[in-house]
Amino acid sequence: MKPEDQEFTSVATLDPGPDKVIGPGHDYGSVTDEIGGVVFRPFLKTPRQMFFGFAFAFLLVNLLMIAVTWLFVRGVGVWGIDIPVAWGFAIVNFVWWIGIGHAGTLISAILLLLKQDWRTSINRFSEAMTLFAVACAGMFPILHLGRPWLAYWLLPYPNTMWMWPQPRSPLIWDVFAVSTYATVSLLFWFTGLIPDFATMRDKAGNATARKIFGALAMGWRNSAKHWARYQKAYLLLAGLSTPLVVSVHSVVSFDFAVAILPGWHTTIFPPYFVAGAIYSGFAMVLTLAIPVRRWYHLEDLITMRHIECMSKVMLGTGLIVAYGYAMEAFMAWYSGGQYERYAFVNRMWAGGYWWTYWVLILCNILIPQALWSRRVRMSVPAVFAIALVVNVGMWLERFVIVVTSLTRDFVPSSWGMYYPTIWDWSTYLGTIGVFLALMFLFVRVLPAISIFEMREVVHHTGKEPTHAHGD
Amino acid sequence: MKSDEPLYWRSLEELASTAEFRAFVEDEFPNRAPDWNNPDSRRGFLRVMGASILLVGAAACTKQPKEVIVPYVRQPEELIPGKPLFYATAMSVAGVATGVLAESHLGRPTKIEGNPEHSASLGATDSAMQASVLTLYDPDRSQTVTHNGSISSWGSFITALAGARDVAGLKNGLGFRILTGTVTSPTLATQIQDFLTEFPAAKWHQYDPCGRHSARAGAMAAFGKPLNTIYRFDRADVIVSLDSDFLSATVPGNLRYARDYSSRRRAAAENPNVAPSRLYIAENAPSVTGSMADHHFRMTAGGVAGFTADLARGGTGAASPEARAVLKDLEAHRGSSIVIAGEHQPPQVHAFVHAINQALGNTGKTVIYTDAVEASPVDEISSIADLVKDMRDGAVETLLILGGNPVYDAPADLNFLDALKRVKLRAHLGLYSSETADWCHWHVPEAHYLESWSDARAYDGTASIVQPLIMPLYGGKTPHEVMNILANHADQSAHDTVRGYWQAYHKSDDFDDFWHISLHDGVIAGTALPEILPLTAKAIDQAAIASLGATAPAGLEIVFRPDPSVGDGTMSNNAWLQEMPKPPNKMTWDNAVWISSKSAERYGVTTGDVVEIEFQGRKVDGAVWIMPGHADESLTVHFGYGRTRAGKVADGIGFDAYALRGTGALWQGTGVNIKRKSGGYKFANTQHTQTMEERDPFRAATYAEFHKDPEFARPEEKRVAKDLSLFPQWEYKQHKWGMSIDLNSCTGCNACTIACQSENNIPVVGKEEVAKGRHMNWLRVDRYFKGPLDDPEMYFQPVPCMHCENALCELVCPVAATVHSAEGLNEMVYNRCVGTRYCSNNCPYKVRRFNFFLYADWDTQSLFGVRNPDVSVRSRGVMEKCSYCVQRINSAKIDAEERDQPVKDGDIVTACQQACPAQAIVFGDLNDPNSRVANLKRQQRDYGLLEELNTRPRTTYLARLRNPNPDLEKG
Repeated sequence: MKPEDQEFTSVATLDPGPDKVIGPGHDYGSVTDEIGGVVFRPFLKTPRQMFFGFAFAFLLVNLLMIAVTWLFVRGVGVWGIDIPVAWGFAIVNFVWWIGIGHAGTLISAILLLLKQDWRTSINRFSEAMTLFAVACAGMFPILHLGRPWLAYWLLPYPNTMWMWPQPRSPLIWDVFAVSTYATVSLLFWFTGLIPDFATMRDKAGNATARKIFGALAMGWRNSAKHWARYQKAYLLLAGLSTPLVVSVHSVVSFDFAVAILPGWHTTIFPPYFVAGAIYSGFAMVLTLAIPVRRWYHLEDLITMRHIECMSKVMLGTGLIVAYGYAMEAFMAWYSGGQYERYAFVNRMWAGGYWWTYWVLILCNILIPQALWSRRVRMSVPAVFAIALVVNVGMWLERFVIVVTSLTRDFVPSSWGMYYPTIWDWSTYLGTIGVFLALMFLFVRVLPAISIFEMREVVHHTGKEPTHAHGD
Repeated sequence: MKSDEPLYWRSLEELASTAEFRAFVEDEFPNRAPDWNNPDSRRGFLRVMGASILLVGAAACTKQPKEVIVPYVRQPEELIPGKPLFYATAMSVAGVATGVLAESHLGRPTKIEGNPEHSASLGATDSAMQASVLTLYDPDRSQTVTHNGSISSWGSFITALAGARDVAGLKNGLGFRILTGTVTSPTLATQIQDFLTEFPAAKWHQYDPCGRHSARAGAMAAFGKPLNTIYRFDRADVIVSLDSDFLSATVPGNLRYARDYSSRRRAAAENPNVAPSRLYIAENAPSVTGSMADHHFRMTAGGVAGFTADLARGGTGAASPEARAVLKDLEAHRGSSIVIAGEHQPPQVHAFVHAINQALGNTGKTVIYTDAVEASPVDEISSIADLVKDMRDGAVETLLILGGNPVYDAPADLNFLDALKRVKLRAHLGLYSSETADWCHWHVPEAHYLESWSDARAYDGTASIVQPLIMPLYGGKTPHEVMNILANHADQSAHDTVRGYWQAYHKSDDFDDFWHISLHDGVIAGTALPEILPLTAKAIDQAAIASLGATAPAGLEIVFRPDPSVGDGTMSNNAWLQEMPKPPNKMTWDNAVWISSKSAERYGVTTGDVVEIEFQGRKVDGAVWIMPGHADESLTVHFGYGRTRAGKVADGIGFDAYALRGTGALWQGTGVNIKRKSGGYKFANTQHTQTMEERDPFRAATYAEFHKDPEFARPEEKRVAKDLSLFPQWEYKQHKWGMSIDLNSCTGCNACTIACQSENNIPVVGKEEVAKGRHMNWLRVDRYFKGPLDDPEMYFQPVPCMHCENALCELVCPVAATVHSAEGLNEMVYNRCVGTRYCSNNCPYKVRRFNFFLYADWDTQSLFGVRNPDVSVRSRGVMEKCSYCVQRINSAKIDAEERDQPVKDGDIVTACQQACPAQAIVFGDLNDPNSRVANLKRQQRDYGLLEELNTRPRTTYLARLRNPNPDLEKG
């Protein structure tokens, strides 16, 4: 039987249930073949859903190209921003995308350090998701500039003007945080891929694939020395990435917390944003993992245990986020500050966007409470639906924070509304297209699950006689 | 001067071959002129000089007669001596002039300032005067003489007009008519009178759509003569305005009135020994004068007549408690009160008011009468009605229209256009190829006042010479030159004509000195009309009172008014005025049908509904705006919109209220019907909130409250400890710039907004962008209603950049594009800005403006001239904001350094400060303890907006003090 055979998949890919991280009957070879099979499957045998999915994503990428071209030609006024709401979809999307990325880093790094077994089959693919999310996020700080061709002025480079960026501005902290995040995530992800590149190189069907994977594998020989150094490097990078989970989104939250605007200027934002980021990140991981595992029949590798653990993390962070909302509202009232109180009155019923707040409560707090029930957690369609709802809810949360707070601030004469235009939506949907297209390409071209770590799982669950290799 | 030879040449070579050019070059470059006969030498010279020859002035290549304009070289205290030259001239609106100083850079006028020596303004300007410089450079101005739609020439026009005159001359001028606006120009009036003397059968008609018809007729009724009334608001303790918006441009002399009125308010606020004045107003729609009133009586425009009648009853005979209280106050201030009738109230009200003022002993003290300012005062409505009748009867063979646009703005029931079509020869002189020019055989472009030699009189009769600052851009002609054709000296220039007139006036050997001084000062000394005393107004008997009192009309009334931004429509195509928010509702680029909310409910309409207005058989569609403070059963519509041939800016905007107005109801009438046609019309307003939303950006108190609690404007909870910061405070050792805005004086007229626009090259963004919240004015005037929305108080608050010492914007800019100067200015560095807009988000005052698109017009050539060369023109993606006119500050500092002197208080005047008629804005050095601004900030009424945020704003406000009548319930 070859991995490409359809029949092969019907036996060993049954979900083993919520207490197993891997299906029964696997050995090193079968795991490798199952994962590698996704990449090595002949092009025409790619599941139909992947074709359609990628085509759709590519269409959105083209939409993005048009939207961005028009933006550069005419100016940032093609969006719905104005005075007072000078930040709209672009910043909402930026924060949303960065937030989504945090799940990947948490799964890869923190769960590694905490030695959680259920991270293995999802970490590669959620780390990829982080990278693509950061790439999408990174577009917005440049696109939303009035003069984007001068974006490099936010970088500290020696120049004839003797000008450096202004370091008290949270936007500069963002530059450092996000670029650090992108760099470290990329390194971490790439390092994790090295043994798998080597596997792919060894199993490659044609010379071109062998050469490309070989180059990426950087001479990996699977020797004990390599493994020893590798484990140390991997742990180091995990250690570096761990604080990023907390710091990056805290720094992003400073964009708002440092400003004086009521609704922005609150000290709860760093932990609240980080919790929200993890919340939305896990929702996105679930949103992606569930279809992919179904279309590629990977249910035995991404089992109900993974689904259930991720649902629990979602529920937990959702509760932290709910606490954050409650505290914000309580503090606004308790402070007795006129502008603080009004920011909430505006958000909840007086302002033009009051309804977004209640949809937000519904999506982020009320609906995910269903996850308390085991039956719901066990139902994959229900979890998928809740994950989508949480994604929407987290987007709305950023919208409520950024836009609603700006619509009404201190001086009533400047109050105004924000009406997103077709270009706001096109740019946003376009970045979703970029993200999905990159995810589809990734799944098609690289091993979406970490092969060597799955082999370790096989080893730990005792299906193979012990070999003397590193832990 | 050569008349109509083409003055263009195709190459410099061709130019070089003319004798004049050679003479010019030899004169200009002695010992360096090339050998003209040697082609190489000639070509080499031309190659080197290139286009600079044109700049040096060889363009026309003809010798102009010497017409000497005299610069205003000796500056008054507040102005800066330096590179720009200032010339005194005067701008007329509906014939009445106000003196201005026009700032000229390199031979082009770029900014208008007030002339401090002119009695009508004492140095202030209004928004139309500030915007007038843009009209000079308007690319939509007519640029050529046309005949039957084809390009023609001035020479051909001369031939045609002279021919028509000759034909009419055979019959002593029968059939020849001249139509002008209100003429105060002594020169023009003399020319016309000379013409009429020579051709006795010819006639001269005058018509201005928003002229002083009622005031003239009222004076005729009261005195038998069309006397001119002027007021001394500084001497008035009690002012009763019967629908008179005397602080706005609808009343001639308003700039002076604003200055006088506010100086009295200021004196009372600062000095407890000066009693505050009290202003009552009865009006149908909120106005800037209404915003200053201590008591506001909301009533229909028709109801004002009844109120007047009530006042005329005197003593305790008045019917309403308000009238009784007002009368009591007036009686207590005989001789120091003013009752003023609205320009747009019927003549009977004016006549009554003259009698009331006389009975109160105000005549000669606060109410001054002079001879008419108009050279030849007539009932203009009869004048134009007679013209139309004669045209319709075929009695008019030649009609010469000198300025004006009667096809657009003549009373609609006359049907001017229909009658006009019967005139055999129609000629029009105008700035634009307007609705009227469209129907005339000849159209001659008019010279803008900044290109003209002329003269005019102000509200008190003071005459000024109008001197040009630039040669007519498009060969425009003044009315004087056209009249010279009729007088058979077509070759005489306007300059010589005007000078000729004044030479006859000042028959003395020192005429040259007289001329020079008059041009320099901007006023002709001794020409203010003398006061007329003694004077008796026609008495009012009980029958008259009863009759006026009974005219309170029933049914829905319609009220016609000139537009607060665009006026009577003459300046409709001025984009600065179109984008200027109208004070009561902050609307731009549109006019609307104002209605109260109760009436809106009654008639089933709401804001944004398009209604068909039907009045006296005429119908026009307009969009509705519910106006807080508007009287019930009353609609207000404004002129100046619904243009079809104004230019690219104004065409198709708003609706034409002139099409509803007839001779029988010039300013108001009842019997109007509205029918809703559709909904959802989108307006573009710069401010959406009506009230202060339970905050207190604008602080006001009555005098009684002020005496009880002098610190009312700075309550304890709004104050911040001086050293509330982790960082050491910067010590401003040199200059410490600051600004104080007196809310007790600001009338909300928006002159400052347009002055700032003119000074700082602020772009216009258009209706759509304003609707999206992207208007660019650096200085905005906020408007707040306080109290019940159907009868609120209305307050105005100008908001420039606060230049906070703890600037929030500076903190968050990632590229340091906004930084703080050592003198306290928050400086915006345009070329460093990348446009993250974080600064705008963090500014609690929202004073920052962003160029979302490339708003500045980089393409239209003629607009290059209007820009101030001292201020950059910003491009797309860059933030901008009020800079405290840093270009003026730096200019003053440089000058002071050159003279080795310190900068004195008053050397630096910001554009907004200079324009303000009420002197509400004061800028200066806080480190100078004697400066005006330092003194103002020491007052107890001084407070900073959002001070409690610890921004430490350098711009602070002086709270408003109100002086309500204790007898009247609303206090």
